[in-house]
Formats: sequence, structure tokens, C-alpha cells
Amino acid sequence: MSCEFKISQEFEKKVDETITHYPVSKRSASLPLLHLWQEEFGYVSNQGVEWIAAKLDLQPINVFELVTFYPMFRDKLAGKIQFRVCRTLSCALAGGYELFDHLKKSCQIEGDGHHGPAVSADGKYSIEFVECLASCGTGPVLMINDDFHENVSNDKANELVKKYG
Amino acid sequence: MAIAETRLIFKHIDSPGYTNDIDCYIKNGGYTTLRKAITMKTAEIISEVKASGLRGRGGAGFPTGVKWGFIDPSKNTKPVYLICNADESEPGTFKDRQIIHKDPHQLIEGMIISCFANNVKLAYLYIRGEFPEGAKILERACDEARQKNLLGKNILGTGYDLEIYIHRGAGAYICGEETGLIESLEGKRAYPRIKPPYFPAVLGLYMCPTIVNNVETLCNVIHILQMGGANFAKLGKPNNTGTRVLCVSGDVVKPGYYEFEVGALTLGQLIYDVCGGIKNGKKLKAIIPGGSSAKVLKAGERYKIKQKQADGTMADVEIALEDIPMDFDTMAAVGSMAGSGGVIVMDETRSMPDCLANISEFYAHESCGQCTPCREGSLWMKKITSRIRDGKASVEDVGVLKNVADNIAGRTICAFGEACSWPVQSFVTKFKEEFETVAGNGAKK
Repeated sequence: MSCEFKISQEFEKKVDETITHYPVSKRSASLPLLHLWQEEFGYVSNQGVEWIAAKLDLQPINVFELVTFYPMFRDKLAGKIQFRVCRTLSCALAGGYELFDHLKKSCQIEGDGHHGPAVSADGKYSIEFVECLASCGTGPVLMINDDFHENVSNDKANELVKKYG
Repeated sequence: MAIAETRLIFKHIDSPGYTNDIDCYIKNGGYTTLRKAITMKTAEIISEVKASGLRGRGGAGFPTGVKWGFIDPSKNTKPVYLICNADESEPGTFKDRQIIHKDPHQLIEGMIISCFANNVKLAYLYIRGEFPEGAKILERACDEARQKNLLGKNILGTGYDLEIYIHRGAGAYICGEETGLIESLEGKRAYPRIKPPYFPAVLGLYMCPTIVNNVETLCNVIHILQMGGANFAKLGKPNNTGTRVLCVSGDVVKPGYYEFEVGALTLGQLIYDVCGGIKNGKKLKAIIPGGSSAKVLKAGERYKIKQKQADGTMADVEIALEDIPMDFDTMAAVGSMAGSGGVIVMDETRSMPDCLANISEFYAHESCGQCTPCREGSLWMKKITSRIRDGKASVEDVGVLKNVADNIAGRTICAFGEACSWPVQSFVTKFKEEFETVAGNGAKK
């Protein structure tokens, strides 16, 4: 197991409040708790799986099988600045692949990045292709961390890299 | 521009000065329909929705009132749940995002009314994981509604209690399938459930009757009550009532979202008049009319359909691609579907094997893996289409590809099997020569 994360009181309070949204079955809180864990610690470690399972009276496998099923959860750290570029048809027609290659080159990221983040050597940036982000009329689009950006030309991408970097 | 939009759902979206907070919504007449609805009998509301002829806007086009009518309040003893399906992920579709970001209270009001009509006390709004900002906006909207006693305990003093919680998905397209969505909301992998029962109204969330409706559908409920079901039914065409938000993307001059009465304009008018035609003066090659799983339409095609004549009789007529009215029934009659309203346009320079390879990669990634034909088949379709695109295939591979697709559709638990096969079947059949030429020529995309 990797490093041990310290659970703050504040985090646990947020978790407990979230569980109240599911008065019929605590298990329903699995996805929200995984989101909370990943937002707090950057990825879902074994400790996270076990902690969430204990919190919801589940077996760790019940939580782990969600991490491996849902594309947004990851079991290792992505970059500090994460690019998620839409790969699907409308964005591809508008230059999504070119945008992906451009960002990869300008942030010196090696690796494939097809569904699963490729991280730069210094850990600063990561990039991955994701499927349709539901803004097909303003392609190519991408998300940088939680922020959404549309009509991203290479020039706009350069500005964004500067802004976030 | 010859054809005017009829903006019902998108009335305030993008209008100057309109903000997404509750004060702005109320200033523009928001929540008055809820105040009215809450004094009505629930059966009355349901019969208005039935009379409106509203069909679901998520893709399948199932009549909303009928869906609601499956739950018989005189016999049902279990709690009823309502889930708003805001897992908008069908490639080519981007309407729900606009509603969620720019007019969230319209959705919340539509949801509250729909919950009241169906005696729902607990509802969830399942929003796709890739909309983190949308989820925050909706959470704030719910808080604002609670503060004004429009949501929560004893709504507007009527004794009706309702709680709505925002639930985020995590990047899986299959959660748009309503039984997959329910499994996901129960904290499991989103494996669609075996049918029958065909409707969650019979057995849904926590094994209780559940109504699952799309974002745009729930918004429509407000307008139905405002104008009355019968008046709503006058919009559009019989069996294709109301308005429809159409999302156009790809090679057109003005891509974007437009709202029209259902069937009020043709595909040709949409692309050439509304969207300014094909970009850079090029010619049209193909159109996907209702989200990426809809069968592709080829430029120059003609279709034989039955059409109602002025004297009320039905006659066989032949229409061109450009003359297809944008409604559910005609889109089905020409062999495709109106689906989710996402129109993707491709110009003459686009390689069809390239476009199909892109679509097939999407479905290969999104197959949930539960049924063998889909799990294995979608992956093979991705591999073969990529091979054809790269010119590293043989002519026979085109037939193999079609064969794989033919053996998925109809052999899976959910409609994803059709969703991944239909593009392959239609692209390969309609552009056979191009696929065969590209397959063996070693051409790079």
C-alpha cells in the first residue's frame, strides 16, 4: 500500500452529511464518497477503498469494483493540472485530435493518454482523451481540472496553459 | 432566415441579463406553475400530461404520460421515486447542459411538479460526472428553492414533503440507460437490468416503482400545465407534439442549439437556412440525425414514406434527404431516428471510415461489458474500423465488420447493442465502395 492519508474531521463531516442523502440505502453513497475521496486526496488508494467500505458497511470489493468500472476514478495520481480533451466525433471534426497532440507536445507529456491520464515527468501536467463532453457545437472542447473550455484553438490552448501553469 | 424558432424550453436561455439564480427566475414568472399545480388533483396533472402527447426527449421518445400512468396509486403500497436523467452523453447532444447551467430552476420546478403529480417524496437528479460545475449550480438551485419553501418539508404550506438530491455519475455512458442508471444510483456498477419488467415504473430504485425522465422532458411539464395539455398538443404534429431542441454540430457554418415545434422544419431547412449551410462552401456528404447511435443518412438519398394528404388519406410519397421533417415518426420511417436531437453534419471531404472508427471507439470504450455480443463485438468493431481507416485491412474485412454488427443488435440486455451496431451497419451499407477502397489501399487518414 502507498502512503497513508490522514482523514480530517472536516472531511469526515462532509462524508457523513452526504450519507444522509440516501436514507433508504447507504450503499447509494458509494459514488459520492469516491468523488469526495478523490477530490481530497487526488486518487482512490487501497486505503480509500477500505475506508469507504467500512463507512458504508460494505466489503472493500463492492467499492473497488466501482473504481475499476467508472472512468473518472483513478488509482494513481494525475498531474496537478489535468487536461481532459474530448475525443468524440464532433470535436474530432473540429480538431480535437490536433488539440490533444498540441497540448501533449507543449507540456512535454509522453505516453498514450487514450482513456487514462498520461502524466508529464515532473508530475505537473497530465492529459487524457475522454468521450463526449456534451458541447458538440463548440468543439474542440476540453476540461482543465474542473473547468470547462470551448472552441479551443492551439493559440487559446497556449494561453490556457500559461494561465493555469 | 425563413423559419422562426419557437422557444419554450430555451425561452430565457442566452437572453441578455438572464441569470441562473432564483430571483431572476421568479421575476420572469418562475414557480407560478408550481403554485398552481400544487392546488390541483394529482390525477388532473397526469391527465394533462397525457393529453399533451409529450414524448420523452432522452432518445427513445416514449410517451411521458403513459410512463407515469403505469403506477396505479390505488394499488401501489410502496414509495414512488423519481429520477431526473441528466446523464447527457450521447455524442452530438448538448441541450441539457444549457438548461442546467443557464436555467436550472426551470428543471427544478418541472421536477417538483412531476414529483407532486406522482406522489414522490424522495427524488434524485443523476447528473453526469463530467458536469461538476452543473452539479454545483443545481445544488445551489435546490438550496434556494428550500429557502423559499418550494422544496423540503410542507411545501408552500400544503403539507406536501419532497426532497431532491443531486447525485453525480462518474464518466460512464451506460448510466444514461435507465436501469443502468438505477443500479448506479444504488451504488453498483451500472449494469442494465434484464427485462421484463420493461419499466422501472414496475420495479425501479430499491425495488420500488420509479419514474425516470430526461431533463428536457421534465421542463416541458411546466409548459404543459401553463398552456393546458390540449393546447400543448397543438404545437408540432399529431403524435409528435411540442417543441424540440435540436443540436447541430460538425461541418456547418453556424453550429448550435435551436428550438422548433416538432416537425416544423425539414432537415434541409435546418442545415441550410438555420445553420447557414455547409462550412467553407463545401458539399454535404452525410448526416447523423439523432445522436451518434442513429443510422447515418447519405446525401442524395431518397426515401419512400407514407404521408398524410390534405384529404386525410395516406399516400406513398418519395422524399429527398433535405425534405425529411424533423419529427419522431418520419425519422423512423426513413430508417433512422430523431433520438436525442443531436444532428452531426459531415462534408464531402470527410472520410467515412475515419468517422465510423471514431464512433466505434466511443462504443468500445463505453460498453459496460455485461453481455458477450456487445462487450466483444464493440471491441472488434473498433479494431476492424481502425484497421480499415488506416488502410491495413482487406476488402473482406468490410463484410466481416457488417457481420459482427448484425450479430450484436437484438442479442443484448439493453439498447446499447443496437446503439453500437446501427452506425456500423448504416455506414458500411451506404458507403460500401468507400470502405472497400480505403480498406486495402494503405492510405493514412
